[in-house]
Amino acid sequence: MSEAFNPRIVGFFCNWCTYLAADLAGTSRMKYAPNVRVVRTMCSGRVDPQLVVWAFRNGADGVLIGGCHPGDCHYQEGNYKTLRRMGLLRTMLAQLGIEPDRLRLEWISASEGERLRDVMNEFSAQIRQLGPLETKSSVISSQSSVAQAAP
Amino acid sequence: MAKPKVAFYWCSSCGGCEEAVVDLAEGILQVVEAVDIVFWPVALDFKRRDVEAMPDGAIDVCFINGAIRMSEQEAMANLLRRKSKLVIAYGSCAWMGGIPGLANLTSKKAIFDYVYHQAPTISNGSAVEPLPRTDVPEGELELPEFYEKVKTLDQSIEVDYYLPGCPPTPKITLEAVEAILKGALPEKGSVLAGDRALCHECKANASKPEKLLIKEFKRIQEVIPDLSKCLLAQGLLCLGPVTRGGCEARCLKAGMPCTGCFGPLEKVHDYGAKALSALASIVDSRDEAELARIFDAIPDPAGTFYRYSLPASLLGGRRQVTSDK
Repeated sequence: MSEAFNPRIVGFFCNWCTYLAADLAGTSRMKYAPNVRVVRTMCSGRVDPQLVVWAFRNGADGVLIGGCHPGDCHYQEGNYKTLRRMGLLRTMLAQLGIEPDRLRLEWISASEGERLRDVMNEFSAQIRQLGPLETKSSVISSQSSVAQAAP
Repeated sequence: MAKPKVAFYWCSSCGGCEEAVVDLAEGILQVVEAVDIVFWPVALDFKRRDVEAMPDGAIDVCFINGAIRMSEQEAMANLLRRKSKLVIAYGSCAWMGGIPGLANLTSKKAIFDYVYHQAPTISNGSAVEPLPRTDVPEGELELPEFYEKVKTLDQSIEVDYYLPGCPPTPKITLEAVEAILKGALPEKGSVLAGDRALCHECKANASKPEKLLIKEFKRIQEVIPDLSKCLLAQGLLCLGPVTRGGCEARCLKAGMPCTGCFGPLEKVHDYGAKALSALASIVDSRDEAELARIFDAIPDPAGTFYRYSLPASLLGGRRQVTSDK
C-alpha cells in the first residue's frame, strides 16, 4: 500500500445528545479527526444492527454509535436497548471475522463537545491501527432476495 | 391439455426436502394425477442425459432444494434453469443457504484440514485431498470442485419463487402446486408463504405479556415448558417474532421454540441482525456486566441467528482475513 490508510468510520449520533455535542464541538471550533461520516438518528435506539452490518458490508472500517447517557434518553429506554443489542452484536461480529473493537458505543451528552472530540480522535486512531476492513472482496456478491437494497 | 411437466432436484441438502414431498401423503396422489414428473433423482430413474435431451424450456416447473456447495450442483442448476420455465427454490437451503451455509463461518481450507487430516476417525497416510482433476495411469479423473463458500440457489441461477422451510410444510407445498396449476402465482421473486410473523399463528401468542422482558435465557433441555404460554416469556430463545409465518407453528406445538427456518419477513434485509436485535432488546437489564452474563447463555449468536440464512446475509459469512490464507 503506497498511500496511508485513512479509515472510513460511520457515526450514528442521536439527535438529542451526541449530535448536539458534535454541533457544540463545531461551533467551538474544535479540531478532530475527519474520518467520521455522521448520520443523525432520532435515538441511538433507532440504530438497527442491520444498519451496522450494512455499513461494514459497504466499506466502513468502523462504526461509532453515540447516544445519551444512561437515564438521560429522550425516549426513556432507547439507549438501554442499544446497550443490549450492541453487546450481543459485538460477539456475533467477532464470529463473522470483524473485530469487536470496530464497533463502539459511547454516551456523549450535548454539553460534552470535548469528549466527542477525544472519542473521535481515539476511535480514528484505533481503527487506523486495526487496518482496513475488506468485506466486499471476501464475500460472494449477494443478489439474494433477502439482501437487495439498503435497509 | 398435456399435464405440466415437473422436475425435482437436490443440491447441498440433507434429503429432508425430498422427504417433505413424500410427506404430502395422500396429497401426493393429487399432485401426481395433475402433473407429469420428468426428473426426480431420489425417486425415479431418470438421468442427467435425459434432461440434456429435452428441448430448452421443456420442464414447466422445477423444484430445486439445497444450497450450492460444489460445481456439479451449480452445473445441474444451470442445466435445469435452461430446461425449465419456472424454477422454485424449495426449502431454506435453496432460498438462503440453510444449515450447509453455516460452513461459511469457516473456510474451505479449514474444512479440508479437519475432514481429510485431523478428524480422529480419519486415516489418510498419504495426505490425499480431493482435487477437481487427478491423473491416473488410466487417464484423467474428474471430481466436482468444492467451492470456497456455500451459495444460495439465486446466487447461481435466476430463481422465480421461493418456498421457505426446513423443510417446507405439506400445506405450503400443496398451496404452491395449486397456485401453479391454476396460474395464480404472485409477482415473480415472491416467497410463497405468508408475510406475518410466526407469533400470529402461535396458540401461545395470547399469553404473551404486553411488555415482554426476560431476565435469563434457558436452554430447551433445562425446562419443561408450559405449552399454553409463550415460550419466549418462559426464557426459551424463540425466533417467532422475527420469523415468517406459514408453518402453522408446528414446532411450537411440540414444545420446540422457533429456530427461524421460514426466514425473514419481506422488509428485513439481514435476518440474523434483525433477530439479534429483537432478542437482545427484550433482555431485562441495564447493566453491562449483567447483560454480558445473560448473553453468555447464547454461546453461538451467529449460529443461532443465521442458522438458515448465512450465505444470504449481508456479510455472507466469516470475513477471510488475508493472513488466514
